[in-house]
Amino acid sequence: MTTLVIAEHDNVELKGATLNAVAAGAKLGGDVHVLVAGKGAQAVADAAAKISGVTKVLHADAPHLADGLAENLAAQVLALASNYSHIVFPATASGKNVAPRVAAKLDVAQISDIIAIESPDTFQRPIYAGNAIATVQASDAVKVLTVRTTGFDPVAAEGGSASVEAVDPVADSGLSTFVGREVAKSDRPELAGARVVVSGGRGMGSADNFKILDPLADKLGAALGASRAAVDAGYAPNDWQVGQTGKIVAPQLYVAIGISGAIQHLAGMKDSKVIVAINKDEEAPIFGVADYGLVGDLFQVVPALESAL
Amino acid sequence: MKVLVPVKRVVDYNVKVRVKSDQSGVDIANVKMSMNPFDEIAVEEATRLKEKGAVTEVVAVSCGVAQSQETLRTAMAIGADRGILVQTDVELQPLAVAKLLRAVVDKEQPQLVILGKQAIDDDANQTGQALAALLDWPQATFASKVELSEGSVKVTREVDGGLETIELKLPAIVTTDLRLNEPRYVTLPNIMKAKKKQLDNETPESLGVDASPRLKTLKVVEPAARKAGIKVADVAALVDKLKNEAKVI
Repeated sequence: MTTLVIAEHDNVELKGATLNAVAAGAKLGGDVHVLVAGKGAQAVADAAAKISGVTKVLHADAPHLADGLAENLAAQVLALASNYSHIVFPATASGKNVAPRVAAKLDVAQISDIIAIESPDTFQRPIYAGNAIATVQASDAVKVLTVRTTGFDPVAAEGGSASVEAVDPVADSGLSTFVGREVAKSDRPELAGARVVVSGGRGMGSADNFKILDPLADKLGAALGASRAAVDAGYAPNDWQVGQTGKIVAPQLYVAIGISGAIQHLAGMKDSKVIVAINKDEEAPIFGVADYGLVGDLFQVVPALESAL
Repeated sequence: MKVLVPVKRVVDYNVKVRVKSDQSGVDIANVKMSMNPFDEIAVEEATRLKEKGAVTEVVAVSCGVAQSQETLRTAMAIGADRGILVQTDVELQPLAVAKLLRAVVDKEQPQLVILGKQAIDDDANQTGQALAALLDWPQATFASKVELSEGSVKVTREVDGGLETIELKLPAIVTTDLRLNEPRYVTLPNIMKAKKKQLDNETPESLGVDASPRLKTLKVVEPAARKAGIKVADVAALVDKLKNEAKVI
């Protein structure tokens, strides 16, 4: 039994979600190999070889693997799939994009967003925005999984000494081409892996008002997040969205500001270690999950909190 | 050019589901059902493409129980020209749905299939990608902008950390994200008109597809509850708690 974990990276840097996926792979038992498919991503492959518990890194290098196009990346995984009992992706935008494509080609059921492994064929996964947890058993020979990163503590990024083996890249499918990328530049930590998250909701009132969260986030070294209501209203960019259909986060500290606490939002943050809620409505459902609630006007509380820190 | 839009009947967005006491699933008896919100965005997008003249026909398809025809009528009230119900009482998992849709695609020969990125019941986020794989078509998931041109479609996608744009050769699969559009309100005259639109019936058998589930659900339970904490009086008390009790700052 051997597991193949698909590394999340940008050709320069190995992303943290890979460490959570390797942790899930290690729980399955058996060896864990990591696939780095990219263009000029030698540094990523070298970093993957140092991950604790990884015994082999497979490195596929080609120009058409540079941008994680689903058609090419899935084909690359499929070219290696016959050697593996489990194929594991982190449940990131990229993992969710590619894993079902791999599974369907193998004619196996993909299992999404697992949060626990009961045995090599039995997994727990949230359904209905996390309002229920299903335990599912797969009968297919190969299990293709996406791993909710907050469900598995990351393994150490250092300590391993796996071999790096070059594998033949698959041919370009020619079906899709990469045009461009607009990545929001930010000095803040990445939302999905941040230690502290400061999130704003509809109560912020406008995109301009959202800026009052900046100094607080700076002081806390926090990533910024938002509820779907705030994203829908145009107060915050979509990639800040925390919730059922956005990012799932579990930071040490989650500060929910002007967020009422719809179930879809709670689904994305209720596994945080400590939750603080600031809201002027003392009946807001967010107080039902918050460790510390402060009823008050956020436009006074937020600057006061920032200066008190 | 024809667009196919699969739609799913799910428990309404606003309903908080309850787990059954025998742990066999969630209780959906007597619960309000609606079209999956992402699918509504998909129907809206296809309809707008038709209104712009880029598309000639929008066909909605739903796989599931007989009542899924209500979901198809909603799709037709938004703007789909006709509907196809693939009726079955079997529990449908994403791979099975993808296989049923492949059979419908083979019959209908659309150039574009627009699906919701995820259904809000099983939260699987798989069907579009699986369908693309089965058809060997390119895919653009989590779309926030779709620009159709001759023989290709350019799609802006919501990805971690920002946006990316890719171009796909047609025929292709697109799955919708939240910001692609805001679905219109369905008007009464359009609901009445939708009742007269064509609705065809298929079954997994008539399409020659084995739709039996591959995953066995052993149990469904409530998540561990998080208990409410305390209210603090002011900012100073909050900072004190975070520093000295929770020790997170």
